[in-house]
Formats: sequence, structure tokens, C-alpha cells
Amino acid sequence: MRTFALPKLVRREKASLPILVAAPFVALAAAALSNLVLYAAIGVDPLAVFYAMLIEPFTSYFSFSEVLLKAGPLLLIAQGLAIGFRAKVFNIGAEGQFVLGAIFASAIPVYYPMASGAWLWPSMLILGTLGGLLWASITAFWRVRLNANEILVSLMLSFVALQLLNYLLLGPWKDPAGFNFPQSVMFPFDALLPTLLPGTRVNISLLIALAVAIMAWFFTQRSFAGYRLEVGGLARNAARYAGFSQNGAIWISLLIGGAAAGLAGAAEVSGPVGQLQRSISTGYGYAAIIVAYLGGLHPIGIVFSAFLMATLYIGGDNAMVSAGLPIAAVNVFQGSLLLAYLIAITFVRRRLVWPLRATTETVAQP
Amino acid sequence: MSEPLLSLRGVTKIYGQVHANSGVDLDVEPGAIHAILGENGAGKSTLMKLIYGVETPDEGDIYWRGERFEVTSPAAARKLGVGMVFQHFSLFETLTVVENVSLLVPGSKRELISRIKQLGTKFGLEVDPLAHVHALSVGERQRVEIIRCLLADPKLLILDEPTSVLPPQSVELLFDTLRRLAATGVSILFISHKLEEIRSICTHATILRCGKVTGNVTPKDFDANQLATMMIGRDMPDLAPAKEVEKGPLLLDVAHVSLPTDDPFGVSLEDVSLEVRGGEILGIAGVSGNGQSELAAVISGETMLPRAADGRLSMMGSDVRGIGPAARRKLGFAFVPEDRLGQGAVPQLSLTKNSILTAHSKGMVTRGMIHGSRATEFTRTCIANNDVRTSGASAEAGSLSGGNLQKFIIGRELMLEPKLLFLNQPTWGVDIGAAIAIRKRLIELRNAGCAILVISEELEELFELSDHMQVLHDGRLSGRFKTSETEPKDIGRAMIGAEEAAQ
Repeated sequence: MRTFALPKLVRREKASLPILVAAPFVALAAAALSNLVLYAAIGVDPLAVFYAMLIEPFTSYFSFSEVLLKAGPLLLIAQGLAIGFRAKVFNIGAEGQFVLGAIFASAIPVYYPMASGAWLWPSMLILGTLGGLLWASITAFWRVRLNANEILVSLMLSFVALQLLNYLLLGPWKDPAGFNFPQSVMFPFDALLPTLLPGTRVNISLLIALAVAIMAWFFTQRSFAGYRLEVGGLARNAARYAGFSQNGAIWISLLIGGAAAGLAGAAEVSGPVGQLQRSISTGYGYAAIIVAYLGGLHPIGIVFSAFLMATLYIGGDNAMVSAGLPIAAVNVFQGSLLLAYLIAITFVRRRLVWPLRATTETVAQP
Repeated sequence: MSEPLLSLRGVTKIYGQVHANSGVDLDVEPGAIHAILGENGAGKSTLMKLIYGVETPDEGDIYWRGERFEVTSPAAARKLGVGMVFQHFSLFETLTVVENVSLLVPGSKRELISRIKQLGTKFGLEVDPLAHVHALSVGERQRVEIIRCLLADPKLLILDEPTSVLPPQSVELLFDTLRRLAATGVSILFISHKLEEIRSICTHATILRCGKVTGNVTPKDFDANQLATMMIGRDMPDLAPAKEVEKGPLLLDVAHVSLPTDDPFGVSLEDVSLEVRGGEILGIAGVSGNGQSELAAVISGETMLPRAADGRLSMMGSDVRGIGPAARRKLGFAFVPEDRLGQGAVPQLSLTKNSILTAHSKGMVTRGMIHGSRATEFTRTCIANNDVRTSGASAEAGSLSGGNLQKFIIGRELMLEPKLLFLNQPTWGVDIGAAIAIRKRLIELRNAGCAILVISEELEELFELSDHMQVLHDGRLSGRFKTSETEPKDIGRAMIGAEEAAQ
């Protein structure tokens, strides 16, 4: 029997730095190319899509400010998630933690609609952070206690969080003067985040996100706690040998991820939205997973990938309007970007080896 | 002289920048027991993989009975008449012997059973064909592997360090089998670095150093020292014989500790007792898989004994039941684990970051932040003092050879200035020069009053190092043997469980 001699993946002696840096760009190019082919196949002009997606967001002050607005929550959530992912604790439920952050933050203006004062929005952010953290702690508790898989628990809790949001908006928290729409009261002025760029919706949560990115850098690159998490993620037996607690790593990873997502949720309701609505859950929590990996799980890389993903969000909206692209196509693009990146990143530590000579008598191995 | 069964001419294999084999010539006569002798990393295993078709050579030719052949896969090699017994057995533990055999050899079960019995009596390979493999001793498992090869009627049998897993008594049985096989005309390639063994059984020896053939000799004509010199290319360094030093305080006290396992193939520890004093080296002998990993985990704290567990486990006088590895280190305990990559060191991290793993209390962390320059300084000192060959403190641990990484890990643990040091297989896979350097350091440390516990499979090493020995067999620890009054065969008996208690 003749078998084809397929190339084999072989471990490199050392991780390749050039490939690590090039991987996101190659992935972006590969995803863009394959999706343009797809757009052509469904009868949409690929060049128009390309222009609308990647160029148009930068053509006006307003659309660029919208990119910055979207980048904030993605950056926040992804920084938190990446710390857990590096420790191999897979919190997939940032969406639910984001929703709980929004709910907790909204509690103040819902119960005290007439409140005013400079303390209002900061305490909402703090309460929101706490909300995300508590929601994530449910996952951490069951993982440590019963070894329940954190991927499943956190993901399913996201659906519970959505139902909790529905319940509140259709019941106790519904705006009495809101014509029966499922939304809360409009927040008072002091409950809204101060605007950063005049004439746009960009607010100071972007600065908070950048500050969190700097803190994440110090945490992962310089702190002993970050080091312990990294060792636990790379080699569990080494962490055990050193005496670093595995349960501690699970708790820290999930709480940091939950807190960051909760903060992002609070900043969303007290920022561009200005009230609690069902539409606050737009999938930031899931997109941030892609952002975290695209940024190489590194705090600096994530800053870039968050802006890239935000550009694709705004560009995708543009493409739907100006090029007639269906909304599913935007999701396909996001998914193929992650896939292309994961393939590209494989070659950082591995390389392909082609068979040296054509073997005529190759016998299949048992 | 008859025509060689197997000939290699100018065989070269390159991995990346490393010439694992370069221009190797080799002739194996029919009926010869031919040793391939070399240090770790000399290219012995690569050469065998080329012959068995696991790898293909980059240059050079392989001839079988004078004809050129390309061995492209193990199946092709088997067809030719080459069989190989690997160091790590490839048997399914939940199946019986005959079931394992029938996975590779065609034929009905009844037929196979009778052939297994037949081979057993002919070559001294007795084993019950219907026994489950997990119930067999290591020696018996090796027999199953050999039988499985013999059923394919090979002309050449390759054995990769076959004696490294066997107690001394089983080694004699294996050698008897090999001599009988050779007498029927089967050639045997025997990989080893144990010189006395090679002298006692092999008719030819090819010596490899750094991937090149440095000699073809008749082993009986040379003594072990001469062979070692050929193998490592320089004279053997002397090991100072251990002088008795005055015993210090009791630093490790384990009494009546039992630990049942929930892993079906793990070993339960039963009523284990041992004690080590300052200025003393205690060696734990035994064939691997008799509870070594379990015992190591209990002593290091990776497996925590419940606070209320029966028996006693104390270090430096404090009870350490319910206390993890980090807290034990604070008491003055240091541990060199068996697994270097992934336990003793994180392969993807730099040596500096690997220093932080256990030595973080040496001023490398202030207020929760890592003090990078102190970690680098520590690492540079460790590299310099322990002759670790590497490009520097920023090299990834995974890029170091096994021996060099072990020197780094042992150096790191010694820099913790432990009162009690525990090593599991300290020189496994380390070349002779480095192994002797490591043993020298351990004896110096003992003379300075440190308590040292060593688990090792290498009996020679334990006889060189330890003041006392205990033997681990099936999760039970024998009584104490005083090394200077003990013969290897006494230890060997305890290793196979023939003698439960000593003295």
C-alpha cells in the first residue's frame, strides 16, 4: 500500500520570536482574504466591504471616536481574562459577569433616581466591579469544591445572568414612566461618566481601561502572584513542587476576570447607554476572549488587539449599512480571525518537516 | 570471518544543529552479543532508532547481509528480522500476556500460548501466558517484551539499556537468556553504559562519543576503567571514599506512615518508617514502580498527609502533617525531584525565572514584586558554581540538556542551604562526569552536617554514597542496612521481596 508522505509538526528547540510577532498580522491577512472570497461568493462587492470595514472607521473624527468607545470594554475584559488564561483557568463567562456588573451598578440610580453628587458614578463602578467578582466567585467555588469544569459553569451562568436581567427589566426595575418598555429609568446626570473627548461618547472609562492594562502588565510581568499563576499554567507539577496553591490560582484568576468584566459592565450602563437595557449584552464578553488570544495573552498585545477588534465592530456596522453585508458575516469574520490566529501561533513552538526523499516503499506504521 | 549480518557505513543523523550520529560504521556478526557503549547523549539511542526504522538517516547506507536496504519504518525492520525491546515497555497493563502478544503477532490464542511456553523453556523466559501484565514484576514484563520479539523469529535483537530496570538476580537470568539466544545464531545489540555488565556478557563493543565511533574492542581485553576512559575521553575522576562523620540531630523522622492509593496502578505505602540525622546519607534502593513516586510526594509535601493521619512525619523537629512544600522549605528542607522538565523546572521559562520557583525567599520578592536583578544574580552564581553549560541566565530551561538542567536544579536547591536535602534519582540520565561531580557535592554536604535522603535505582550509586540503606518493595520499606557491612546481593534480595526484614 502506498501512503502519502505528509509533513510532520515537530517541536522547535526554542520559541520563534519573529513568528510570535508576525502571527497576529498573518492571521488578520489570512482571515481577511478568506472572508473577502466568502463575500464575493454571496454576491457582495469585496472591495466595498474591505473599505467599509478597515478604512472607513478612520475617515472621520466621529467614527474613530466610536472605535475608541468600543475598545474600552474589550480592553478591560480581555486584560482580566488573559490573566486567567495564562494560568489555564478558562473563564468563558465574562459576558455574564459583564451583565452582573451592569445590574449592580444600576442598583443605585434605580433605587435612588434623584441622587446627585460626585460620589455617584465612582460608587457605581465599584459596585459593578463587585457584582462581576461575586458572579465569577460562584464558578470558582464549585471548581475548587467539586472540581466542576469552569468553562461550563461560567458559560451557563452567563445565560442565567441574562435571565436575571430580563426578570429585573420586565418586573421590579421597569421604568414606571417608560411606556412598558423593558428598561430602567434614565440615569441622573451624576450617574454618568464624564466625557473625555468633547462632542463624542468617549468617556473616562477608556482611561480606566488603559490604567488597568498598565496594572495588568505589572501584575503579569513583575509580581510574584502573577509569576505563581504563570507557573501553574505552564507546568502544574512544577507549581505543586514549588508549593504554589492550585486552588488559590483558580480563585485569583476567576476573581480578577470577573472584577474586570463587572467594571466594564458598570462603565457601559453609566457611559454610552445611560440606563439598564436588555441590549447591553452585545457579546463583549465573548469577543474579549478573541481579543485576549489575539493579543498573545500579553497586556501590551491586548491593547492593540482590543483596538483592532473595535475597528472590526465599527467597520462591520459600516459594512452592513454601506455594502449590504449580513450581520452573520461579521461574526464569521471574528471567528475565522481567532481560528487563523490559533493556527499561526502553533508555529511559534513547532515547525513543519517535509519528508526528505520520496519514499517508494513506505509501509504504514502500526 | 563470516559475512556481517548488519553493516552501517557512514551513517549520519542531524537534529537541527546537533550531529547525533556522524559517519558511523558498524558491523554486527551473526551470533554476536555486541555492545553499543557511550555516555548519555553520545548517540546510542539515535543509532538504534535508525536501525529499527523509527528514524531515517540523513546520510550513509545500511546493509543487511551485504545488500543495501532502506529501513523506512519499524514494520519494515521487523519484516527484515529486526526486533527491539525498548527501555520503557509498551504493554497494556489491563490485558494478559497472551493478549498483549496477539496484538502484534498473528495466530490463535491456543497456538500462541503453546509457543510462549515453548520459548519460555528453551530460553529461560518463564512467564504465565494467562497472567495479567499489571500483576507481573518488571523482570517478567521484560520477558514478555522479549518473547513478543522472538515470536517474529528475528535475526537481530536490539535491547535498550535492558538492565537499568532490573534487580541484580534478574540481570543474571536475562544474561543467561541472551547467551542461549546468541548460541542459536541470533545477533544481539546491547545498549548500556554499565561497564562490568558489558565485560561479562558482550563479545564485541563499539564505543560512541559525541556521535562518532571512537573504538571497536573486545570488552574482555580491557578493564572497566580503560573502557570508561574510552567512553568519556578522559580519565575517570576519583570519588573520595566517605568517611564517617559524627551524627547530628534527627532531622527527618518518618514512623508508621501508610497512604492508600486510589490509582489502580499506583502503589499504596504501608507502614513506612525511616529516619535521617545530620551528617548522614540514607539511600532508598528498589526497582522503580514500588512506591518511589508516592514516597517522594509524601516527603516533599506534594501529597499532603492529613493532619490527623496515623504515624509520625516530622522535619527538623516540627510535625509537617498537613503542611505543604513551601512551608517545609521554610524549615530548611530542599528537594530535587525525579522529573526535571515540568516539575523541577518549567521548560518554557528562563533559568532566572526557574530560580524563583523555589529560591524566591532568598530576597527575590519584596512586597509582592519580583526583584529581577537579585534573581539574575542568584542564577549567574548557580550557573558558575555548578558548571552548568548554557548560553546564560536568560536561556529557557527546556533548551538545556538533561544533565545540565539537573546540575542547575541541584545547584539551586543547594543554594537554599538546606538542613535536610532529599533527592529522587539524582543522576538518572546524567553523564558519568557530571554524576560524579554531583555525588562529590553530596558527600561534602553530608560532611558539613546536612541530612540527605536519596532515592535511586542505581545500586552502585547508593553503595558509593550512603551510610545506610533501606529497600522499597511493593510500598513497604525494609529495615536499615549499614552500607559498609552489606553486600549488593543482600539488597538485591530485598528488592525482589525475598526478605522482608533485615538484621
